[in-house]
Amino acid sequence: FTPFSRAGRRDDALVATRPALGCSPPAFRPAELKPPQNSEAPAGLGFRPPAHSHSDWIGPPDKHSNLRPIIFYVPPEESALERRLREARQEAQASNQRFWARHNLAFCQEKEEFIYSRLKAKGLEMRDESGQKATLNAEEMADFYKDFLTKNFKKHLQYNRDWYKHNFRITFLMGQVALVRALRWLRRRKKNVEQ
Amino acid sequence: MSAARRCCPPRALAGFFVWRLRNTGIPQIPCRFVHLHHVANERLITFQYFNFLKRMYVTQGNKDLSQRAKPKSDSIVSPFHELQLLDQEKKVVHKISPVSPVHQSWSETSSRNELTEVKSAAETEDSVIPVGSESKEDRRWKEMKLRLDDLPGILARLSKIKLTALVVSTTSAGFAMAPVPFEFTCFLLASLGTGLASCAANSINQFFEVPFDSNMNRTKNRPLVRGQISPLLAVCFAASCGIPGIALLTLGVNSLTGALGAFNIFLYTCCYTPLKRMSIANTWVGAVVGAIPPIMGWTAATGSLDAGALLLGGILYSWQFPHFNALSWGLREDYSRGGYCMMSVTHPGLCRRVALHHCFALIGLSTVAPVLDITTWTFPIISLPINLYISYLGFRFYRDADRSSSRKLFFCSLWHLPMLLLVMFTCKKSVLEKEDKGDLRGGSHEMAMEIRLP
Repeated sequence: FTPFSRAGRRDDALVATRPALGCSPPAFRPAELKPPQNSEAPAGLGFRPPAHSHSDWIGPPDKHSNLRPIIFYVPPEESALERRLREARQEAQASNQRFWARHNLAFCQEKEEFIYSRLKAKGLEMRDESGQKATLNAEEMADFYKDFLTKNFKKHLQYNRDWYKHNFRITFLMGQVALVRALRWLRRRKKNVEQ
Repeated sequence: MSAARRCCPPRALAGFFVWRLRNTGIPQIPCRFVHLHHVANERLITFQYFNFLKRMYVTQGNKDLSQRAKPKSDSIVSPFHELQLLDQEKKVVHKISPVSPVHQSWSETSSRNELTEVKSAAETEDSVIPVGSESKEDRRWKEMKLRLDDLPGILARLSKIKLTALVVSTTSAGFAMAPVPFEFTCFLLASLGTGLASCAANSINQFFEVPFDSNMNRTKNRPLVRGQISPLLAVCFAASCGIPGIALLTLGVNSLTGALGAFNIFLYTCCYTPLKRMSIANTWVGAVVGAIPPIMGWTAATGSLDAGALLLGGILYSWQFPHFNALSWGLREDYSRGGYCMMSVTHPGLCRRVALHHCFALIGLSTVAPVLDITTWTFPIISLPINLYISYLGFRFYRDADRSSSRKLFFCSLWHLPMLLLVMFTCKKSVLEKEDKGDLRGGSHEMAMEIRLP
């Protein structure tokens, strides 16, 4: 249940007027574009799964990449196949995190720069008299969105290719691991039945 | 299977329409038939459904805020400081200004609650507040273990069950409009087969789009994004829906319907989904995906691809454009950042022009219906007001190109389609009428023959 009236919030469903995911309200600092240094290891987030748990743990969406980090469980008798699967998943996670964190930060920064330059051209300041942040309306922002999309088109094509490759590889390895586990379980049952 | 960029709900035929919401990106599923990425609603039902859908739409968009809702009266005490500490811990070199008051007050209140419970020594000694926030963060970590109780709900969301229902309802509309006596078993089999095929296509779509869905507000709570289900299980589920579904259509109905179903799954998963990120042509492909289910319904009933089937498909096809283009107008920021190639972002003029042209096409197609003997001539007359209204809104959208006109057009499209299909069904040319006409013609033929022969 939300205290906000639904009718009042109806706009948001159709228009992304809230800050874009991954864009924490930034101060305008073009020089500070740096991907977060802990973009690789979820361990940097300070969460440790309980010791008795034998499964992976998934966390809240990352502030910059909006992807949910996973802490992988390493069983004591991890087979080579299972290790390959885990490493493939870790590699995909790291690569996705790097891409989206950098991409979203670039988006936010370029958006700020665009707003700043447009406001300047109009003769306005970033913040008006009441201290409210000045914004441009959707039609003015449309130029920026079009530009940003066309500029990053090749980058997205490359990323798509990489993502599909990772995804297929991980799913295939998962299938293999599941098959091996199922066969092992069947063999064990057969042995138990015989005994 | 319509591209449910938006969500979609389902409903049975006979006068009950539902509509759906949707996604371009987001999303889409077989219901892409009905819509793209977004949630698309297809049938219009009662006012309750309307509200229910709107609520779903709104809630989905607000999941963020609704999860953290706290009365605004809570005091905001040094949230900035708290955030800075967190920030420094994470070693992120990025200045963070205070986030929304709601979020701040929530974390503040919950950390106060936490303090009374957490007895273990705090890791950081300068302030207890970060510890509270940390365990709040900790609670957001979930074990990736599949619970059987959750499975039905997860699979429903994976298959975009509401959108699937909308797709099945367009199939039923196609079946109902076919000029043959109504066969109930055939109808059931066709609906079930289409529903299964739609589930399969939607699941594969979500399987392909995990990182993109994470980055869009509308789709960030999907099962694969949240890690509630593994990709392997999603693919297995898709296979276990798709294969029986197509088999059911091919063996239980007819091979033409089965082939159309398989083709539609392919079109949606292998053409539309990757094309969304490569070219604006995805919208046209998606419109075809949305047009095929009613054609499937028709071929299930008659066994052949008649002009009537193509007309129904054409109506659904044309409808997609005002529906989706209007919706996508408000999602330009998400599309731009997510890397989706949509007309509204790259070719805004084309976007509005196409929407308008297809509104006019709907009028034209409604007029062709009686010519093809599908409906009586009352159909274009009765449907003219609603077709003119949507064309008017399309024209306003074309001219004004702003948020309010796009929203008006979108919401109109939501009730326009169900109403059009309902009117079409009520104006359907009865099979008996046609048979009479046929006898008459045959009779006069015989008489003519008699006259000729001595």
